[in-house]
Amino acid sequence: MTPPRSVGAVVPQTAHFDEPLQLRSGAMIDQYDLVYETYGTLNAERSNAVLVCHALSGNHHVAGHYDSDERVVGWWDNMIGPGKPVDTDRFFVIGVNNLGGCHGSTGPSTVQPKTGRPYGASFPVVTVEDWVETQARLATRLGIERFAAIMGGSLGGMQALRWAITKPERVAHSIIIAAAPNLTAQNIAFNDVARQAILTDPDFYGGGFYAHGVVPRRGLRLARMLGHITYLSDDSMAEKFGRGLRTGAYRFGFDIEFEIESYLRYQGDKFADRFDANTYLLMTKALDYFDPAQDAGGDLARALRPATAGFLVISFASDWRFSPERSVEIVKALLDNDRRVTYAELGSRHGHDSFLMDDEHYFRLMRAYMNNIALEIA
Amino acid sequence: MTVPFAAPTARPDFAYIARWVKPGAKVLDLGCGDGSLLRYLKETRDAHGYGVEIDFDSRVDCIGNGISVVQNDLETGLAMFESNSFDCVILSQTLQAMKHTEEIVREMLRVGREGIVSFPNFGYWRHRLQVLRGYMPVSGALPYQWFNTPNVHLCTIGDFERFCTEHGVRVIERAVLTDGQPVSFASNLMGELAVYRFDRAA
Repeated sequence: MTPPRSVGAVVPQTAHFDEPLQLRSGAMIDQYDLVYETYGTLNAERSNAVLVCHALSGNHHVAGHYDSDERVVGWWDNMIGPGKPVDTDRFFVIGVNNLGGCHGSTGPSTVQPKTGRPYGASFPVVTVEDWVETQARLATRLGIERFAAIMGGSLGGMQALRWAITKPERVAHSIIIAAAPNLTAQNIAFNDVARQAILTDPDFYGGGFYAHGVVPRRGLRLARMLGHITYLSDDSMAEKFGRGLRTGAYRFGFDIEFEIESYLRYQGDKFADRFDANTYLLMTKALDYFDPAQDAGGDLARALRPATAGFLVISFASDWRFSPERSVEIVKALLDNDRRVTYAELGSRHGHDSFLMDDEHYFRLMRAYMNNIALEIA
Repeated sequence: MTVPFAAPTARPDFAYIARWVKPGAKVLDLGCGDGSLLRYLKETRDAHGYGVEIDFDSRVDCIGNGISVVQNDLETGLAMFESNSFDCVILSQTLQAMKHTEEIVREMLRVGREGIVSFPNFGYWRHRLQVLRGYMPVSGALPYQWFNTPNVHLCTIGDFERFCTEHGVRVIERAVLTDGQPVSFASNLMGELAVYRFDRAA
């Protein structure tokens, strides 16, 4: 086996769709772009494609780096590449920026051809179901009828689950990591605090801030700081920052004193520089609305009945935002339907963010499962 | 790397268990290890189902064996599984390592129509002899020393049958093996390994 390497320099591509898209909300989008990247080679049978769905603030840049800036490394580069758990020597991997995103796919910051102005707040609310539809169209465009696997963490895992329900004939395996069958009230509450931070920022201008040459930085920053706290575990924060002080002594004021404050503010600032406020609102709403059991009278097992894929469900013990118990709900619903499912709760201590981290057990599990898929399609 | 399929001869109880599993049955294998029993049952009886395993390395091996395996601590029960959802629930050479013996047998008969257990017979004459000499037994069936054994509830064939009577468990069939061969005479003395098939007493 070759030692794991990076896929190297990658170039994003854009697919334009003129076919109107009916959204779950009832709104219609006449045309849109999806930005995506691919790694590895699609085999002659077109059977080795793996779709990677992104999480809340994710994008299409999953692996490798850009030629223009080698530091811009894909967000799941540790997982995907030649010799890595998702081995691009065997699989053709696709990363896509979801509709409503702010990294090239059509979204609130996109300038509308008709008006010459960004959509802003007029961009319709999008749901996980809508994303699956757009991703399916992209797959068809790329000549992929059936994915060897569709995978994702968190909101990405929800998309992988939705795919398996809505388009079972197009998914051989669904890999659902650190996800849940729906959000708890506590989760929705966190999301709403984040949204309120943005919505009440004076620079938000009802979503029309683009015309004013400003961004609601304070709101975005607060939203991200709050999110970040919920993605980590108490243990990982204690380990990384503890009660460490930047100057070694209390200064009895409201400036940055504790290391954790410094870290969160830095993360918040970085996020505010690169993410669109309207997109953040949309993505958190997509999370809130996700609930496949809803149409089945609250019965998740009934909702999952159409799914025929093999499933790998992974949770992390320290993830309190999407706890292992929530993953077990998915597993139980699959067991009730007699579906092929493998479940593992991993001991990683990094909280919800564990799905993005290097972890020996996590990677061994993914490697073994992906290896099995590779043997199936060989 | 796919783990090569372990020959059933490595585990003499496999052949007996397979004989008792109906073709096409839905099976739950508790403490399934690397999944080789389920794979054996899939290949010989067209059975399907799940393994339950707490050990990480074993679960990775299960994936290599193409077996669906879920992580679940047997000591906490089988809440993940619906009642009567399996034709057969197997606990192969794990009963003696369970802390909550009564609960797991009850759970086996809740989720499955039938149960199969196999366990080393503490009453085997070689085991008795070692105890008589003043030492805890160590043998092929009981390969551990007293200080590193995972076994907490060793029993004899006599003990197990009494347990069944007292807990509403009806024994359907029994096989007693020594060196992989069936024993028909003085089984509690001559048998090294016991395999039982049972259901709920009416």
